[in-house]
Amino acid sequence: MTWEIVVQAIISGLLMGLVYALIAAGLSLIFGLMEIVNFAHGEFMMISMFAAFWLWALFGLDPIYSVPLCAALLFFMGVATHYGIIRHILGASMLAQICATFGLAVFLRALAQFLWTPDFRSIADPMVAGRVDLAGVFLGLPQIVASVGCLIAFGFLYLFITRTETGLALQATAQDRDAAELMGIPTERMFALGWGIGAACVGVAGVFLSTFYYVFPEVGLPFALLAYVAVAMGGFGSILGSLVAGILIGLVESIGGLLIDPSYKLLIVFGLYLVIVVFRPKGLFGRY
Amino acid sequence: MTDAHSNSATGNEVLASAMAEPLRAPASFKRKMFYITMGIALIAFPHVFDSPFPHHVMIIIFMYALMAQSWNILAGFCGQISLGHAAFFGIGAYSTGYLFFAYQISPWIGMLIGVVLSMLMAIAIGIPTFRLRGHYFAIATLLIGEGVQIVFQRWELVGAASGIFLPIVREQPLLSFQFHGTKLPYYYIILAFLALACVVVWRLDRSRIGFYFRAIRDEPEAASSLGVNVTLYKSFAFMISAGLMSMAGAFYCQYVLVIDPETVFPLSLSILVVLMAVMGGAGTLWGPIIGAAVLVPISELTRIYFGGTGGTLDLMIYGALIVLICIFKPEGLIGAVKMRHADALEEKCDSGDARG
Repeated sequence: MTWEIVVQAIISGLLMGLVYALIAAGLSLIFGLMEIVNFAHGEFMMISMFAAFWLWALFGLDPIYSVPLCAALLFFMGVATHYGIIRHILGASMLAQICATFGLAVFLRALAQFLWTPDFRSIADPMVAGRVDLAGVFLGLPQIVASVGCLIAFGFLYLFITRTETGLALQATAQDRDAAELMGIPTERMFALGWGIGAACVGVAGVFLSTFYYVFPEVGLPFALLAYVAVAMGGFGSILGSLVAGILIGLVESIGGLLIDPSYKLLIVFGLYLVIVVFRPKGLFGRY
Repeated sequence: MTDAHSNSATGNEVLASAMAEPLRAPASFKRKMFYITMGIALIAFPHVFDSPFPHHVMIIIFMYALMAQSWNILAGFCGQISLGHAAFFGIGAYSTGYLFFAYQISPWIGMLIGVVLSMLMAIAIGIPTFRLRGHYFAIATLLIGEGVQIVFQRWELVGAASGIFLPIVREQPLLSFQFHGTKLPYYYIILAFLALACVVVWRLDRSRIGFYFRAIRDEPEAASSLGVNVTLYKSFAFMISAGLMSMAGAFYCQYVLVIDPETVFPLSLSILVVLMAVMGGAGTLWGPIIGAAVLVPISELTRIYFGGTGGTLDLMIYGALIVLICIFKPEGLIGAVKMRHADALEEKCDSGDARG
C-alpha cells in the first residue's frame, strides 16, 4: 500500500463526504423542524437524478446547468409533500409518521420503476469528465465538481439559516413552535419552507451525483441510509453536525474499504452508527 | 393484576392511563360462534375452491399475516418500531434451507434451530439498541437488517449472492416438509403457524405481560419507575416476535425451495410487513391479518392483469394506500370497524336514554 493510495482514499472519502453532508443536511433540517424523519429522502434524490438525466437525454442540457432547475423542482416537491401529507400527520403517532413517509418512498420508487424500468442509465457525455493527476493521486473531475458544488450549496444553506431573517424564523420554529407562533412567525409556512429546502438540498446532491453515478430507481437507498447515519451521528436537527458527520462517514467508508474490503464499507459505517448512538444517544452535536 | 390496580389506586395516574384499557372480558357467545365459523370456513376453503391459484393466494396471505403479526408483537404492543424484521425471516429461511441442503437435517428441526438463532439474535440486537428512543431505534434496526443482508450476500458457505437451491425430495413429504403436486399441506401448515401466532398475541393481550408491553409503549418512564423491568419485557417481546418471523421464513424456504439474500433479506420485505400491520391496525389482534388480506390480493391481481409491466403497480398502490391510511385513519382499517361498533353502541345508549 503506497502513500498515493492512502492519500487518494482520504481525498476521495472527503469528496464523497461533502455530498453525503448535503443530503444529510436536508434530512436534518426537516427533522429539526418537526421531528419527522423523511424516509423518502433517498427517493427524492432519485427523482432529482432522473430529472437531470431526462433534461440531458431530451434537451441536451448538461447536469451542471440543470442544478437550479432540479433544485426548484425538488423544492416544489418538498413543499407539496408537506401540504399533501405531512401537515395532516403532525399530531399522529410516530408509527403513522414513519409509515406515511415510507409509503411515499415505496410509491415514488415503484412509480420510477413503472415509468422508466429498473434499468441503469448514465449520462454519457457530461461536460465535466476525466480525471486530474495531482502528483500521482488520481481524482475524478466529476467527483471534485460535485463535492465543491455540494459544499457551496451547503454554505448557502448555512448562511441562509444563520444570517437571514427567514432562516432565523426557521430556527425559532425548530426550537419552540408555540413561542415562534406567538412571535408572529407563520410556523405552518416555515414547515413547508423546511421541506422545500430539505428536498432542494438532496436534489442538488442528486444532480451532481448523476454526473458520475448510475441513475436507476433504487439508487437512493444506500445514500439515504448513509444520510440517516450522518444525521444520527451529527445529532438530529444540527446542520453543522451533519457536515462533520457526512465528512466523517465519507472518510470511514473509503479508508475502511481500503483496509478491510470495499464490499463491507457500508457495514463499517452501520457499525459506526451503532457505536455512536449507544455511547452518545443524541449524536455528536445533538440538542434533543 | 392486583398489584397494578393497587398502584393505580395509590394515585399513579400515568400508569392508570397506560392500563386504562380494561382487562378483556371473556369472549361472548356471539364472538365465540364467529371464531368457530371462521375456523371451519378456513379449513374448508381449499376444498371449496379446489384449484392451485386460490390456495396460493391464501398461503401468501397467511404468510404475510404471520409476519405482520410477529412484527405487531414488538412494535404494535411494545412500541419498539423495527424496520429490519426481514433479518429474522432470512435467518429462519437460511437455517432451514442450509441445514437440509448440507446435512439433510429435517426442515422441522432446522426451523426450530432457526427460531432459537433468531431469538438469540434478537437479544444480541436488543442489548445495545433498547436504550435508543423512537427514530434512533427504528434506524438502528433498519441498518442492522441491511447489514445482515450484506453479510449473507458475501458469505460463501451459504452460497453468497446465488443462495441455496434445496434438493428435491419426494419420499416422506411430511418429514422433509416438501409437498409436490399439491399445495394443500402447505395451506394447513401455514394456517396452523398463523393460528399459533394469533393465540400468542391473544394470550399476551390479556395477560399481565401484555399490560407491561402497553405501559412500555405508552409511558416508558412511568412503567420503569413503577418497577416494570423495561429491558426484560422489551427483550421478551423482541424474542417472540423474532421467533415467529423466522417460522415464516422457514415456511417460505420450504414453499419455494430456492432462497437467496435478495429475496429473503430485502428492506422491501421489512417495510411491507410494517405497512401491512399499520394498514390493518398496529397493536390489535386482527389488524395485521386484515392488512395482509387487503394488500396481498392487490399484488397477486396486478400480477395477473398486468403481467411483467405491472411488476411495480402493486407497490404504487400499496404506497398510495398507506399514505392515505396514515392521513385519514392512523389507527388502521380496524379503526373503521371499531368506530362503527362504537357508533352503534352510542346510538343504543341514546335511544335507551330517550325511552328512559
